[in-house]
Amino acid sequence: MTHAVDPLLKTLLHTTPLFAAHVALGARIVPFAGYEMPVQYPEGILAEHAWTRAHAGLFDVSHMGQAILEGPDHATCARALEALVPADISNLAPGRQRYSQLLDASGGILDDLMVTRPADPKEDGRLLLVVNAACKAADFEHISAHLPANVRLAPLLDRALIALQGPEAAAAMARHSPEALALDFMAAGPASFDGIPVHVSRSGYTGEDGFEISLRAADAEKVWSALTAEPEVKPIGLGARDSLRLEAGLSLYGHEIDPTTSPVEGGLSWSIQKRRRAEGGFPGAARIQRELAEGPARLRVGLRLDGRAPAREGAEILHDGVQVGVVTSGGFAPTLGTPIAMGYVPPALAAPGTKLELLVRGKPLAATVTPLPFVPTRYARKSSKEA
Amino acid sequence: MTIVRYSKDHEYVHVDGDVAVVGITSYAQGQLGDIVFVELPELGKVVEQGKEVAVVESVKAASEVYAPVSGEVIEVNAELEGNPGLVNQQPEVDGWFLKLKISNPAELDGLMDEGAYQALVESLG
Repeated sequence: MTHAVDPLLKTLLHTTPLFAAHVALGARIVPFAGYEMPVQYPEGILAEHAWTRAHAGLFDVSHMGQAILEGPDHATCARALEALVPADISNLAPGRQRYSQLLDASGGILDDLMVTRPADPKEDGRLLLVVNAACKAADFEHISAHLPANVRLAPLLDRALIALQGPEAAAAMARHSPEALALDFMAAGPASFDGIPVHVSRSGYTGEDGFEISLRAADAEKVWSALTAEPEVKPIGLGARDSLRLEAGLSLYGHEIDPTTSPVEGGLSWSIQKRRRAEGGFPGAARIQRELAEGPARLRVGLRLDGRAPAREGAEILHDGVQVGVVTSGGFAPTLGTPIAMGYVPPALAAPGTKLELLVRGKPLAATVTPLPFVPTRYARKSSKEA
Repeated sequence: MTIVRYSKDHEYVHVDGDVAVVGITSYAQGQLGDIVFVELPELGKVVEQGKEVAVVESVKAASEVYAPVSGEVIEVNAELEGNPGLVNQQPEVDGWFLKLKISNPAELDGLMDEGAYQALVESLG
């Protein structure tokens, strides 16, 4: 039951610019994706989760990979990225952000990522990418290897990333960066935070309203301290980040999505815009277009368990005693007070209300297919129509 | 008189006569974090020392709880079903897991007393 970091492993781990701040706050540090990261602070995961849903939580996500894709103009740069992802990047407006996936030749997901087109016309031809920490080296190699000669990828190695999430995030942000409040969900732009230059997007990974603040590593502690000093804000570790995203029905790379899953199976068809569906031109397009037309072989679903015992990743999903799928993430939903899970099942068993069983330590536990998200999202959308 | 002993896996036994109250230590609950479910054995189950007797689920993960001594399960803590957080709040009082009728009292000699257990916890940092 001990979790001490092996000394040999420790020498191989990276830290973020906020490592000292986490230690000073009494965080429990664990190895995650090659980094020493805070899994929780002294109040614990349940309290951190509840605080984020009621107020605002501050997350260090500096381990994630940030990079700039740079070409002579937007059209050229967008085309280069569209050869690797199924989202419509060409028609992404300045100052807007889009979620997409890096695909392999068979339409499997190599990683998921956020793509932002800078708001400033002077930055035309640039796209900002944020990818998962565990995948970033491979992603950057993959992207670089597939670019035309006039487009290049520049990883941003000296930048931190801080997420402020929760219904009171905007109130706390307003005292330091009032201009950030002009952004609506999935918008992004440059801003000043107490005079420090930052790049802010209105997005996150909790289902709540909030911001992701990209900034120079050297400025990270200043911004972190200013926000943790706000009465609405507490630091939140990776443990609650996981339970928050699970309640929000958001996929985690390496769990819900990986090279064996396609975006259509993963319930991510909404992130493939109409033009790309029609034109194709991305890796695995034939398979994905077929799945869009005929339906995939399996679908990601939400599952709510009847009792209190959680089902974890890897638990078999049964229907009438026969295995029909596997749980990809599972745990306790603090907001609902019940265990929840996500996993893959055949489309015929994916309708909300379908009764299934999850096999936990040899016992079948009753579960019901539940619409995602489990907990309603509260994004700051300008209108109900999202591009 | 109650004898208190600890296992290297951070279970405790409070022994009165041939009955042992079993649970996990304050250190263990702190390491696990918020506990959301405890799976307890059936009454009458006979367990061997060192074998799994219960499962404790934190928000993050499931962990096995091993029987610190051999015996028969004669009672389980029904309160944990509705309030598993008792294990975090009062691990060695209201957060106990189960009672065993001890089959081999000599096994207690191989467990740690409070001083030895505290030394182990301190060595873990």
